[in-house]
Formats: sequence, structure tokens, C-alpha cells
Amino acid sequence: MAIDYKLITKEGLWSNNTVFAQQLALCPALAVTTTATNGLGMGLATTIVLIITNVLISMFRGVVTQEVRIPVFVLLIATAVTVIDMVMNAFLHDLYKVLGLFIPLIVTNCVILGRAESYASRHPILPSIVDGVMMGLGFTFALVLLGACREILGSGTLFANASLFLGNAFAFLELTVIPNYKGYLIMILPPGGFLVLGFLMAGKRLIDNRSKSKMAIPINAVST
Amino acid sequence: MALTPSYRSRLGYHSGLLGGIAFLASMALTISNIETHQAIEMAMAADKKVFLEQVVPSNLYDNELLQDTLTISLDGNEKEAITMYIARKEQQIVAVAYETSSEGYAGKINLIMGVNRQGEILGVRVLSHAETPGLGDKIEVAKADWILKFNGLSLNNPNETGWHVKKDGGQFDQFTGATITPRAVVKAVKQGLDFFAVHQADIVKAPLPPEPETKAQ
Repeated sequence: MAIDYKLITKEGLWSNNTVFAQQLALCPALAVTTTATNGLGMGLATTIVLIITNVLISMFRGVVTQEVRIPVFVLLIATAVTVIDMVMNAFLHDLYKVLGLFIPLIVTNCVILGRAESYASRHPILPSIVDGVMMGLGFTFALVLLGACREILGSGTLFANASLFLGNAFAFLELTVIPNYKGYLIMILPPGGFLVLGFLMAGKRLIDNRSKSKMAIPINAVST
Repeated sequence: MALTPSYRSRLGYHSGLLGGIAFLASMALTISNIETHQAIEMAMAADKKVFLEQVVPSNLYDNELLQDTLTISLDGNEKEAITMYIARKEQQIVAVAYETSSEGYAGKINLIMGVNRQGEILGVRVLSHAETPGLGDKIEVAKADWILKFNGLSLNNPNETGWHVKKDGGQFDQFTGATITPRAVVKAVKQGLDFFAVHQADIVKAPLPPEPETKAQ
């Protein structure tokens, strides 16, 4: 069985994007994306966890039966997240201070269980890793986009506090897009999250429809 | 897909599998806990040292803050004891730093606060918390200067009603989208001050650590 890595990449990043297409993990996604920096943090932390859990689930796929798969996956994911939390706290303490807040939120993240169920439990380890990377990056992309829109509309800045997260070398990312901006408070609050998400999803559909109709023209031309 | 062997459909296989995975999971957790808890404690101690310097400015004292401690148990409960780090200048107690905590939105918020001899706050910092990033994490000094507003306050400044967030009629700002977090911090700081007030008499005559020689007051 040939694995189409190009398809995995395309699905993860765009066509089957966790937030915009599968609409999974909206709870942590909407809660943290008040700034683009937080979106990036949550996205990267999720990517790391997703790769590790996909490997674990894929390793156990030969012995797990249909009937008990969900409790087994939940156990494996919860263990992996807890171990990652402890190991990061112990040996990567500086990184933990930045990403640590996001890790407890990942346990409740259905992207992880969703990928375990629909991909890693049916595929070998290598494709599962690629799936984890691509789905994770797609999630990161969605969260950064969502965070950036909310941050610009809500407080007029972009990537605020990025230097705390990425180090001082990335201080240039911190932009004040609109100076002396009072901000639409609602964009920072949860309703703003839903609003922006709705518009972004509509935007994705629009792009998809456009590219579909573009592709449709040459086919019609041939058939007539 | 290969045909599943018949033993897999038995109940015993399912429970054995689940039990086995649970066993592996607990093994993994136990091992990583043993392997990491020392390093975590060391990292926490290093963090605490940094924050200690922020809540009690180092020009105020000349002793070894971390070695000069006084332990006060809460309400006679030996397990719940608070360690006071005592700052002295020329053997005179000038300030103390200690931890206080309360329940935030997502678990415990641990704070460290420095209080001078008169009961005025020198500084408050968050040691650890698990509040929602972007909403509740503005209590960290790195993300906002909200926590600096406690500097210079004491139990009578502001008064009892002032020691609340604005929503509850007090003087402290809540955050947009997060009221529980600042409310918890204000409560913890207030409790810390109450604690200091109750034990002030004991604290100001805490014995020196190497030579247990009580200073005459």
C-alpha cells in the first residue's frame, strides 16, 4: 500500500484542516487565541504532543481491538501528555515556562483523539508521524491566523509578547498595527473568537469553491 | 486487513489489554516522576530565588535570605506550615518573604510576597499557575504590570472593601474575560497580609539562624 505523503500534507494543512474543516478542538482554540503569539504557542505544543501520541497509537495498533480502543487511546494520550509535562518541566524549564500553560489544555484537545482514531490506529508509524506533523502545523496555522485577526481587531497589535516566547531575537515581530487604537473589546472576548472563526471558515469555503470552479472549466471544455 | 484471531473477541483479551496498557501507563508515569521530580524541584527553587530577589530588593538586607527562615504552622496544623524568608540588615529584621496561594480558575495560584517590618507590601510575584493563556496570565509580571499595583499597600491601605476587584466594589482591576483569576490573587495577597498581622509579634523577634540569640525588642 503506497502512502501518498503529498495528500497527507495537503489534508493536514488545508483541505482537512483541524480547525477550519474538521472543526475540532475549538474550545482550546478559541480560548487561547487572543493574540497571535498565544496561538503559536498552543499550536506548537499541540504539534509536539500529536506527533508523540500518533507514534504511540500506531505502535499499539496491532493489538488494540475495536471494542476497547477508545479507553486505550485515552489512557495512552493522557499518559503521554503528563509525561511530556513532567519532562519539559524538569529538563526544558525555560521552554516550559512559556509552553507549560498550554499543555494541560491539550489533554482535552479532541484533535489528538481524532487523529488517533481516524489515522494513527490504521497506519504504520512513519505516515502517522507525517500526519501528526502536518495536522499539527495546520492547527498552528489556523490558530496563528485566528489569533492575528483577533489581536489586530481587538487591541491593534500583532505578535505582542513574542519576545517572551521566542527570545529577544524575535522582538521585531511585535508590531503595533494601529497606534492609539481603542480596540474592539468583543474581539478579545469569546464571542469575538466565534465571529472571527466564522468569517475565516467562510473565507476558506470561498477559496475552495473558486479553485473548484476553475478546475471545472477545463474538464467541461474537453467534454463538449 | 488480516483476519483477526478468534482469541481477540474474548472478554478476557479486552480486559487484559486494557489492564496491560493501564499497567504500562502507570509504570511510565512512575518512572518519569522519579526521574524528573528532583530536577523539577531544583528548577522551582531557582525560580523562587529569582522571585525572592524581586519581592525583597537586595539592597534592603545583608544576610542569606534562603538560609534564614522561620516556619510557622497554620492553626496548629503541622502539615500546613509556611516558611518565612527573613531579610535582616545588621541583624535587624527589615522584611520577610513568604508564599501564599488560593484557588484560581484552573487550579492553585502560588504567589510569593515580600512584606516589610511595618506590614507594607514590597512586592508580589506569581510562582506558578495554570490560568488560561491570553486571559488569566496577565498576573505574570512578564506579561503585564498589574501585579506591581500591590506594591506599598498594607492591610489598612486600602480598607477592607478596597481589597477586592472592581467588580466586587474594590480597587483592583479585573481583566477582560477573566475575573476569577485577579479575584483569587487579591484574595491570596489579603490572606497573606492577615497572616502577617496575626504572627507579626513572632516574626519580628525571630531568632538568628546560626547563633540562636534572641534580639531584645
